[in-house]
Amino acid sequence: MRKPGQDRLGIVLVGLSGVAVCVALGMVFFYAPREAAMGEVQRIFYFHVASAWVGFFAFFITFLAGIGYLARGERRWDILALSSVEIGLTFITMTVITGALWAKPAWGTYWTWEPRLTISAVQLLIYVAYGMLRAAIDSPERKARFAAVYGIVAFVTVPLSWFAIRWWRTIHPDILTSGGGMATTPKMTQTLMVSLAAFTLLYVTLLRQRIRLERAADALARLRLRADRIGK
Amino acid sequence: MGFVRKVWAIVAKDVAAELHTREMISAMLVFSVLALFIFSFALDLRGAMARAAAPGVLWATVAFAGTLGLSRSLAREQQTGCIDGLLLAPLDRSAIFFGKAIGNLIFMAVVEIVLLPLFSALFDTPLLQSGVLIVVALGTVGYAAVGTLLAAIAVNTRAREVMLPVLLLPLAIPALIAAVQATGGLVDGATWAEVGGWVRLLVVYDMVIVAVSMLTFGYVVEE
Amino acid sequence: MIKVNALVKSFGPRTALASVNLHVEAGEFVTLVGPNGAGKTTLLRILATLTRPTEGSMRIAGLDPIKAGEEARRTIGFLSHRTLLYDDLTAEQNLRFYAWMYDLDDGSSRITDLLEQVGLAARRHDLVRTFSRGMQQRLAVARAVLHRPQVLFLDEPYTGLDPNAAQVLTSLLTELAGAGCTILLTTHNLERGLEVGRRIIVLAQGRIVYDVPRAEVDSATFPKMYQQLTA
Repeated sequence: MRKPGQDRLGIVLVGLSGVAVCVALGMVFFYAPREAAMGEVQRIFYFHVASAWVGFFAFFITFLAGIGYLARGERRWDILALSSVEIGLTFITMTVITGALWAKPAWGTYWTWEPRLTISAVQLLIYVAYGMLRAAIDSPERKARFAAVYGIVAFVTVPLSWFAIRWWRTIHPDILTSGGGMATTPKMTQTLMVSLAAFTLLYVTLLRQRIRLERAADALARLRLRADRIGK
Repeated sequence: MGFVRKVWAIVAKDVAAELHTREMISAMLVFSVLALFIFSFALDLRGAMARAAAPGVLWATVAFAGTLGLSRSLAREQQTGCIDGLLLAPLDRSAIFFGKAIGNLIFMAVVEIVLLPLFSALFDTPLLQSGVLIVVALGTVGYAAVGTLLAAIAVNTRAREVMLPVLLLPLAIPALIAAVQATGGLVDGATWAEVGGWVRLLVVYDMVIVAVSMLTFGYVVEE
Repeated sequence: MIKVNALVKSFGPRTALASVNLHVEAGEFVTLVGPNGAGKTTLLRILATLTRPTEGSMRIAGLDPIKAGEEARRTIGFLSHRTLLYDDLTAEQNLRFYAWMYDLDDGSSRITDLLEQVGLAARRHDLVRTFSRGMQQRLAVARAVLHRPQVLFLDEPYTGLDPNAAQVLTSLLTELAGAGCTILLTTHNLERGLEVGRRIIVLAQGRIVYDVPRAEVDSATFPKMYQQLTA
C-alpha cells in the first residue's frame, strides 16, 4: 500500500475537478445570460440538470458493476457498485434539493411533478432501498450478490419510469411548470455542457476515492483476521 | 416437457398448501377491504371524487396486498429449508422462478376477482369491463414477476418481509402509472385505442421485467 | 463415486474449507466428525450441490455438478436437521411433490412402500405440521431416498431424534448401505459417529486431519486423539 501523499493520480483528479467546477461556476454566473422569465434563480438549472445526469450515470455504472459481479464473482465489482451508489446518491440528492430550491421562487411551490425532478426522486428512493438492502445482510458474499441483482433489475425500470412519468405529465400537465419551459441560447447550452463535464469529473474523482477507501477497509479486515488467528 | 411439468408441480404445491390453511388469501383479502375503507375515509371519497379516485385506490390496494402474499409465499420455502429441496431437485432454476411467480400471480388474481366487483359497487365505477380486466391482468403479471424475485431477496435479509415493499414499490412505478392511467381512461369511456400507449408500456414492462427476473433469480437462490 | 480435489470455500475473508481432498468409493459408509465450525455442513452442502466452491473441483458419480447439474442431482439424496418438508401439506402430498420433481415413474407405489418402511402409513393424509419432530425426520428420510439416490448425504441427521426415530434411521441407513448406496454422514457426536460409519474422517478448521477405516479405530483411545486433533 502506498503512503498518502503518493497518490499522484488522485491529486491530479482533485485538482482538475476543482478547476472544472470553478470554471463551471464562473460560466454559470458570468457567461450564461440572464434568463428572461425566471431571472437569476434560473442559474440553478445548470447544477440541477448536471447533477441529474451524473446521478443517472452513476446508477448505470452500478448496473454494469452488478452484471460484472454476477459474471465474475470478484469483490472489485462489488466495490465499484457500492461506491457508485454512494456517490450517485449524493448527486441525486443534490438534484432533488436544487429542484426544490428552484421551484419555490420560480413557481411558488417546493415540489412540482416535473418529469426530470420526479424521475430523480424515484432514483433517490431506489438508491436508498439499495443501501437498506446492503445494510440488512450480514454475509458479505450474499450482500454483494443480492445488491448486484437489485442494481440490475432496478436500473432496468428507470427508463420505463421515465417514459411513464413523461406521458403522465403530458396528459396531466402541471399548470405551474408547463409554461413552455425555457428558451435556450447557445451560451446556455455551452454552460450546461461545461457544468456537466465538471460534475462528471467530480463524480470520477469521488468514486475513485471511495473505491480506495473500501479497498483499505478490506485490507484492514484481512489483517485483523490474521492477527486474531496468530493471537490464538 | 419436464420443465412445464415441474413448474406446474410447484404451482400445484403452493395452491394445495394454501387450500389447507387459507391464511395468505384471507390476510390479503381482509387487508384489501380494510385499505379500501381507510382510503375512503382518509380521502373522503364520495360521489364524483370516488369515481375519479377508484383506479388509483384499486391499484394502491393491489400493490400493498400483493406484498403480503409475495412475502408469505417465499417465506414458506424458507421455513423448513424447503428452498434447498427445490435446489436439490434436477430442474432448471428458472423453473423454480416460474413456479413461484405463477403461484403468486394466481393468489393475487383470486384477491382481484373479489376486489373488482367490490370496488365497482363501492365506488360506482364500471370496473368489470374486458378492457379493465386485461389491464389488471397485465399489471399483475409484471408485479408478480418482479415481486417474486425481490421477495426471494427480502426473505433472506434481517428485516425480512419489511424489506419487500421498500425494494418493490419503486420498481413498480412504471406499471403502476400505466395501469392507473389505462384503468382510469377505460372507466371514463375511452376506447382501447386511446389507452393503447399505456397498455403497450405495460406489455413492454412485463416482458422486460419477466426476462430480467428470470435471468437473475438463479443468482438469488443459489449460494 | 465422490471425488473432491483441492476444494476451497471462503466467505469473504473467512475460509471455511481450506483445500479438502476426498475420495469415496461406491458403497462406502463414511462418517465425518468434527467440532462445530469445522466446516462439515459447508463441505456437505458443496457435495450436495447446494453451494458452489470458491476453488477446486469435484465429481459425483463421474458427473461435474456445475456442468451437468441436473443429471448429478438425480444421483444425490440429502438429509439435514432441517426437514425440507412443507408444513402445510400432507405427508403424501409432500412425497408426491418430490416424486414429480424427480420424474419418478413409479411414484405412487414408491410412496406407499416408503411410508410403510418409516412407519408413517397411517398418517399419510395428515399435515406435516401435526407431526412430532421424530415423525418429521422419518418422513424427511423417506423424501431423501424417494428417488433411489446413489449417494446419500446426511448433515447431523440424528439431531433432536428420540431413540425410536434414531433406530428407524440407523436401520434404514444400514439397509441402504447394504444395497450399495454410498453414504456420507456428519455428526459432532463421537459415539454416534463410531457406531454407524465404516470409515471415519475427522474435519477440523476446514481441513481433513484424520481418515481411517472404522476397523482400525480403537473406541477407547479415539476420544482422546480426537481432542488433540481438534484442539
